[in-house]
Amino acid sequence: MLMAVLIIIPMVLLVIGVYGGLMQTLFRAGIIQSDPFMGPDYYKGLTLHGVLNAIVFTTFFAVAFGNAIIPWSLKKALNTKIAWVSGILMLVGSVMAGVMIFIGEATVLYTFYPPLKAHPLFYIGLTLLVIGSWVAFFNWIPMYLAWRRENPGVKTPMAVLGMMVTFIVWFIATLAVAFQILFLLLPWSLGWVDGVNVMLARTLFWFFGHPLVYFWLLPSYVMFYVFLPKLAGGKLYSDMAGRLVFFMFIIFSIPVGTHHQYMDPAIGANWKLLHGFFTFAVALPSLITAFTLAASLEYAGRQRGATGLFGWIFKLPYFDRERWMFSFLISGLIIFLLGGISGIINASYQLNTAVHNTAWIPGHFHLTVAGPVLLAFLAGSLWLVAEYMKKAVKMKGWVVASPYLWLVGVFIFSWGMMRGGLIGMPRRTNTGASYANPESSLYQPDWITYIDISVIGGVLMTIAIIVYIIPFFATVFSKTNEEKEAVDFPISEAYHDEPQVKWLTNLKPWIIVAIILIIISYTPVIYDVLQGTYENSPRYSPNSPVPIENPR
Amino acid sequence: MGKAEKLALTLSGMLLIVFFAAIIYASAARGIVIPTCITDVEPFTQGSIIDMGDNRYEIQMVARMWAFDVGTGRNVITLPVGAEVDLYVVSQDIIHGFHIERTNLNLMAVPGAINYARVKFDKPGEYFFACHEFCGAAHHTMAGRFVITEPAQTAGAQQ
Repeated sequence: MLMAVLIIIPMVLLVIGVYGGLMQTLFRAGIIQSDPFMGPDYYKGLTLHGVLNAIVFTTFFAVAFGNAIIPWSLKKALNTKIAWVSGILMLVGSVMAGVMIFIGEATVLYTFYPPLKAHPLFYIGLTLLVIGSWVAFFNWIPMYLAWRRENPGVKTPMAVLGMMVTFIVWFIATLAVAFQILFLLLPWSLGWVDGVNVMLARTLFWFFGHPLVYFWLLPSYVMFYVFLPKLAGGKLYSDMAGRLVFFMFIIFSIPVGTHHQYMDPAIGANWKLLHGFFTFAVALPSLITAFTLAASLEYAGRQRGATGLFGWIFKLPYFDRERWMFSFLISGLIIFLLGGISGIINASYQLNTAVHNTAWIPGHFHLTVAGPVLLAFLAGSLWLVAEYMKKAVKMKGWVVASPYLWLVGVFIFSWGMMRGGLIGMPRRTNTGASYANPESSLYQPDWITYIDISVIGGVLMTIAIIVYIIPFFATVFSKTNEEKEAVDFPISEAYHDEPQVKWLTNLKPWIIVAIILIIISYTPVIYDVLQGTYENSPRYSPNSPVPIENPR
Repeated sequence: MGKAEKLALTLSGMLLIVFFAAIIYASAARGIVIPTCITDVEPFTQGSIIDMGDNRYEIQMVARMWAFDVGTGRNVITLPVGAEVDLYVVSQDIIHGFHIERTNLNLMAVPGAINYARVKFDKPGEYFFACHEFCGAAHHTMAGRFVITEPAQTAGAQQ
């Protein structure tokens, strides 16, 4: 029942968000001027799309996945009361935020930068969502510590390590955004204080905003390391490499946030460079992952009879309906090749001047969060629903087809966005109302091809989600099979199964190093922001250039 | 970890070091810089273009909902080819930003802070820029352009 709430409700919200995404591509091309469901405001729909898909759906899945795989791997019982409290907090928070967006009281996009003001209930809703996810995490910690005490000298199961790391990163990062909301935005939106330091709020947001990316990515890494080799018919190439990767994410996920602010004022360029350096450091675990997973897949292909240098590529179970999850994970990895490379481009300091806030950026992050992350989460959602509701997955042919359709769709979409971005097309902009409208004085004929290409991609992506969601709900509403065996997950063995090493066991020293790196990287940034800003901002509505008057 | 894996790890690390070294080279040797923290410029509320002579200009630009303004409401800046511009930008209300097409100038205009970059226009033509941070209902109409003219044409056309 808990699983149903944690998976099915966010899946419905995801579908609403995907609908929003389709509408945005049509808006941008000027094909529609109004959305029959959300109305004529492009930016309201864009806010809903970002919040539901990138924040709500992902957080719910990460919590549901942790609630499932941590107790299962440790052979312990989940405290369901606490898990329910967490689920209800998250649900209430998401609904509050979603309703505020829907009624047009929070058209601030998912980054909610001040001094655009959202309704206080939007901020409170987001806070509840975050607190709910903390409660879930606090529920796992005693379980993890008890297991460690009872099993000295035994390696922590990789899935548990991965999920603990995910939520350690999440917890540290969300402290900053909680501070931003509770001490800066909420009192200001209520009119209790007159002004907010916009640069400070923005910097705190990105303290959270980049680790958020790893909060999305890490549960999918867990699936890549733990499930994928087994599904492919092989073994994880190296157990130690996987552990090293997860530990590296603890220390390098957070001191990187200002690479989103390279083009901002009030932060010294040298400190931006330091964050750039750490961003390259955090690319290293992903490069190791690329090697380890490719090696694992090669091993699997050879086990299945492949010969020659590249024969293994053709021996993998791409279309095997009984291993439907493989199709999602492999598609996600292929997309992530380009997502990762474009991410390194974005992080490359001066190169960022060519792409910052252009359509290149949504092109890039649809290759990450809407690539490996989305596809792994879709596969995981279906798996969890089938296992915990005792269902057999229906229409497996459709299920297997959906990630490949998505792959084609997202490549076309992102290519259009990225190419458009390189010739100056901005992100977060309703181009259909001006730059893509031949009757407008602002008409930019060069951009049209790329805007239209992104429409084609957007339509394909929507079709892929339909092809996924029909079997998903067919499975949910199918007859329960009471005889179905207990919950199971495809857990890979390791090819190189190294003995336990001390420095890759304990989380604590890594957390301490993480805190030290955060202090080193953020103290000068916050100092600069406070030195480089000269006034605080009153509240603004997106509909008027005149500030909102304070009720007092 | 296997031998191949250690090799891959080393090569990956070296690749990233090469990338990072390229960034340092571009900064130090080529002088390609990104915006920094500015504390020695007086905040301004009016746009202006100051001709510093020698084809160098200082532009103070004000961004507001929903226009860029370099003085008396102008958002088209006409300069001769080869012009080197020191561009300062502030926001009067909420966050804006822009990227001048075909250049390395990309700036966020954040209220309460001054942002700065230098750009040189080596080729004649039109350089469009659009607001690239969501700034409310008419965000998609907030734009401007630089018009860079050949020397012969500029004598009287400027300003």
